[in-house]
Amino acid sequence: MALDEVKIGGLGASRRRVEDNRFIRGKGNYVDDIVLPGMLHMEILRSPLAHARIASIDVSGAWAVPGVRLVLTGEMMAARNLAWMPTLSYDTQAVLATDKVRFQGQEVACVIADDPYIAKDGCEAIVVEYEPLPPIVNPQQAMAVDAPLIRDDKVNQADNKIFDWEVGDKDGTDRAFAQADVVSEIEMHYPRSHPSPIEACGSIADFDRSTSKLTVYMTTQAPHIIRAAVSLVAEIPEHMIRIISPDLGGGFGNKVPVYPGYVMSILASILTERPVKWIEDKSGNLISTGFGRDVYLKGQVAMRNDGKILGVRMHTDSDHGAFFSDAQPSKFKIGLMHSAFACYDVPTAHLTATGVYTNKAPGGVAYRCSFRVTEAMFFQERMICAAADDLGMDQAEFRRVNLVRDDDFPKRTPFGFLTDSGQYEKCLDIGLEAIGYADFKQEQEEARKRGRLLGIGISTMTEPLGAGNSREYDILGIKMFDSAELRIHMTGKAILRTGAKTQGQGHETTWAQIVAHELGIPADDIVVEEGDTDTAPFGMGTYASRSTPVAGAAVAMVSRKIRAKARKIAAHLLEASEEDVEWELGRFYVRGAQDRGVSIQECAMAAYSNVPDGMEPGLENNAYYDPPNLTWPFACYIAKVEVDPETGVWDVLHMVAVDDCGVRINPMIVEGQIMGGLTEAYAMANMQFITFDEDGNCIGSNYMDYLLPTAWETPGFELHEVVTPCPHHPIGAKGIGECATVGGPAAFVNAVMDALKHTGVRNIDMPLLPDRVHDALTTGNDVSGMPPVKTEA
Amino acid sequence: MFPSRFRYEAPSSLSEAVALLASHDDSKVLAGGQSLIPMMKLRFASPALLVDINNIPDLDQHDAQPDGGYRIGALVRHADLEKSTTLGEHQPTIAAAASLIADPIVRTRGTFVGSLCHADPQGDWASCMVALGGSIVAHGPNGRRTIPVDDFVAGPFQTVLASDEIAVEAVIPAANGSRKGGYLKLERRVGDFATAGVAVALEMSGSTVTNAGIGLTGVGSSTINAREAAAAIVGSPLGDDAINSAAEAAAAASSPRSDHRGSADYKRHVVATFVRRLLAQHQPTEAEVA
Ligand SMILES: Cc1cc2nc3c(=O)[nH]c(=O)nc-3n(C[C@H](O)[C@H](O)[C@H](O)COP(=O)(O)OP(=O)(O)OC[C@H]3O[C@@H](n4cnc5c(N)ncnc54)[C@H](O)[C@@H]3O)c2cc1C
Repeated sequence: MALDEVKIGGLGASRRRVEDNRFIRGKGNYVDDIVLPGMLHMEILRSPLAHARIASIDVSGAWAVPGVRLVLTGEMMAARNLAWMPTLSYDTQAVLATDKVRFQGQEVACVIADDPYIAKDGCEAIVVEYEPLPPIVNPQQAMAVDAPLIRDDKVNQADNKIFDWEVGDKDGTDRAFAQADVVSEIEMHYPRSHPSPIEACGSIADFDRSTSKLTVYMTTQAPHIIRAAVSLVAEIPEHMIRIISPDLGGGFGNKVPVYPGYVMSILASILTERPVKWIEDKSGNLISTGFGRDVYLKGQVAMRNDGKILGVRMHTDSDHGAFFSDAQPSKFKIGLMHSAFACYDVPTAHLTATGVYTNKAPGGVAYRCSFRVTEAMFFQERMICAAADDLGMDQAEFRRVNLVRDDDFPKRTPFGFLTDSGQYEKCLDIGLEAIGYADFKQEQEEARKRGRLLGIGISTMTEPLGAGNSREYDILGIKMFDSAELRIHMTGKAILRTGAKTQGQGHETTWAQIVAHELGIPADDIVVEEGDTDTAPFGMGTYASRSTPVAGAAVAMVSRKIRAKARKIAAHLLEASEEDVEWELGRFYVRGAQDRGVSIQECAMAAYSNVPDGMEPGLENNAYYDPPNLTWPFACYIAKVEVDPETGVWDVLHMVAVDDCGVRINPMIVEGQIMGGLTEAYAMANMQFITFDEDGNCIGSNYMDYLLPTAWETPGFELHEVVTPCPHHPIGAKGIGECATVGGPAAFVNAVMDALKHTGVRNIDMPLLPDRVHDALTTGNDVSGMPPVKTEA
Repeated sequence: MFPSRFRYEAPSSLSEAVALLASHDDSKVLAGGQSLIPMMKLRFASPALLVDINNIPDLDQHDAQPDGGYRIGALVRHADLEKSTTLGEHQPTIAAAASLIADPIVRTRGTFVGSLCHADPQGDWASCMVALGGSIVAHGPNGRRTIPVDDFVAGPFQTVLASDEIAVEAVIPAANGSRKGGYLKLERRVGDFATAGVAVALEMSGSTVTNAGIGLTGVGSSTINAREAAAAIVGSPLGDDAINSAAEAAAAASSPRSDHRGSADYKRHVVATFVRRLLAQHQPTEAEVA
């Protein structure tokens, strides 16, 4: 008899997360939990100024503090050719500042000492003399003709521009606009935000002179990429480097790049021949590491009077901070911004993008996002909302007219992606029904008569998740595929390793479920290990919702290889020919004689004790998976809000999410991902951002200013699902990790804009802080959130 | 957290604590630690000696006094006030503010009196005390003295306490008539300091306001006592005109600065709105007017 799949923890089982066992007992093993004999501690001195020439650095005070073992400055790094390092986007980034500081919080020196208190005392004893320069905090300032040159370290850099990039069909789009009945235009800023994992970044570098081996425990989402990068930067052969990423307290894209702290801890360990631990504090994390967003949009939609979209134009100006260290595929300068409008039948589109340097922290990372998809979908849904309003058409109806239909797949998107599956209108209908859309107009009208402002906002989107394929996706030339390695022990228990790296997503639970589905081995019998480059197969790590689409697919594929070998063993055990052996979950049997069978566990035992002649013993294999396409989940998020007209405060009355991420492996984990994503979406719409004042001071460098919503403010979410299996993924799954963060913000913003529609206001930049909403209500004008924020003494 | 090196003492009597404070010119009282410890973490504060007062007995009570006043001891936590079932009937302004201070974790440790001593212009308790006309009782080497809250704060994060004085309790005088009042705070999130906060304390005889106080949080370089606003409502029942004058006067009394939480104008507008909302709750009903 075939096993009951849900009982063994296969597909569709809402199995409890096995990793939580250790987390809720406080037994997680994070970088800061690791203590090595003789370990030293490193602390970084950061620049208080956003832009300044360094006149002098006097470190004698630090050397005088008892217990200080090493002090590093830019000059000392430069002597070893390590003052600058390459970024993931073919730029260079200062490890320790030599000539200038280019953002507030930049690394200026570091102190290595017997304990972290002493290291901090040492930093305080360093005297740096700065000559302030004018800071630049937005693209307008950056592109001004008389703007100070931020990157005067680069030979051919005459201004603050990083790139001009374009994609799409300019002429075709111009023609579409010429034929339009109505052209809708809108401008906005997606503010700078920060992934802010609860655990900040850190590393312990341990260079062993006797073996020449460098072991680094590191908070990284992509251990193998880091190994390659460290090998290039530190000129240590790759096989002599072992990167171990232990338990991670969240990542959200923040832990993909290489940070100066990692590099310095490695050099410090080489110089001191002792393990060196660096644990970043929360402010250091917020002020200096990979941020998200910070993109300005000018968007235009060309339409016919009946609502049909004819073409779309987008121009983005993106603020990358002082160094272009975005973690993203090398082909696409503004990430996957051109995935915008993928769910709509838009005949033609054109995107131009300009990237600039500013005096802000570097490192545009995909914060719970596939390389700028978050901005793309937010801009798309804000443009759609404004376009429908400009036409005077109902928001749901306008989407219905333009959404790609179920029988249109496969469908080329206006910028050339290929979407392959979905039931967009069905998702929309479920959402509208759940929120009570049909009766809302009347409710809104009546409320308005009593002075109450209600609004509904819709956001519908499909996004490309699961980079690669490797034809188009690479980071620094390394192709984006992933891997899995499965070893079945003789008793039928197993260990699975992948090139991904869990950081809260629950891989230890989910991957075992895929194996259970493919092999009928109970999920509880499978241990999952990731993050150690000496043991894990090569992979590109976890971010961009790519784990299930890529590594998860590799898990299914390696399981199938194992099953193929087990079938041969089964035939041998059953004394039947292989063609006569049938598979059902957990066992092989002889066709026509269902009771004559062997379990997968019996095959495993035989693999070590009774293999057929000529067969290699053992039962293990690996698989490298290069996906044929991205996966395209679809989501419909609808929020209903009430705005307090006197204070501008707004509350969420009801929030509905309809997600189609294909086949759900562990529905509970999927729902958790959606809830978490919606919480972040709400945060971004409501309160959370990093801004800067005129002097380039970072506002948002601590948790009093950078607001993470608590359970108190976070609204409840009502979740619904539709399942359209991915046609090319081995088990039909699509990415889900980031959908709600990507699609959610526009639902909230569109809802507030709907509540304010009578004022004629078209846009308020996120976050929709009470003062901004109040401003819009009283002036009837759009509200810009572009830094610098106005402050007065 | 990695503060500078410091010495730590936890005496079990007031006299010992005062002596310890006097023994070192760079000493500080540690109460709930919810302001001091974060400052030490950031090394904005690096005291050489911390005198923890948490082991000193008899400082953890808050209760109504025989004369009708109210007393809050130095170790009464925000959460004690929040959870009190009797506070509301005596001190509605304080009861309304208690659950708006910080977040549940901070409220469990932080103290009412410590908040006053910290003298943060964004501290909510100081506005309540200003509205209520309360005072602070300080204990030093030469015994006790009572300092009215208006005289207590010397500037942002500065009080008139001597370095060897400990604030042992806060006292709120008896009301002339029945006590009414409330507190409203605009915050961006739980645990956030006020973008603007308004404390209103009323003493009422029937529907007539016999005495009033209005304190403003976060809209000046220290807590603001909006005296003119309060004066506008004393002497008669709360009518729309009086409420509007009070609201406008309170807005005029505030001197907020524009920042990432909002413009100065917006904050003034919030002050006026909150004054209106708080006072409107105590307007006589139509039946009472008739
Ligand atoms: C995340 C967070 C959010 C917060 N949000 C708010 C908020 O929304 N509203 C608000 O009002 N407050 C807020 N606070 C501050 C909180 O209320 C503190 O508890 C309070 O300000 C200080 O009280 P404490 O007992 O913790 O004092 P401590 O931190 O122990 O001391 C503060 C200062 O007062 C002195 N001091 C304390 N007690 C005495 C005493 N008895 N005699 C003499 N000197 C004394 C100390 O020496 C120190 O200088 C917040 C704090 C945090 C950490």
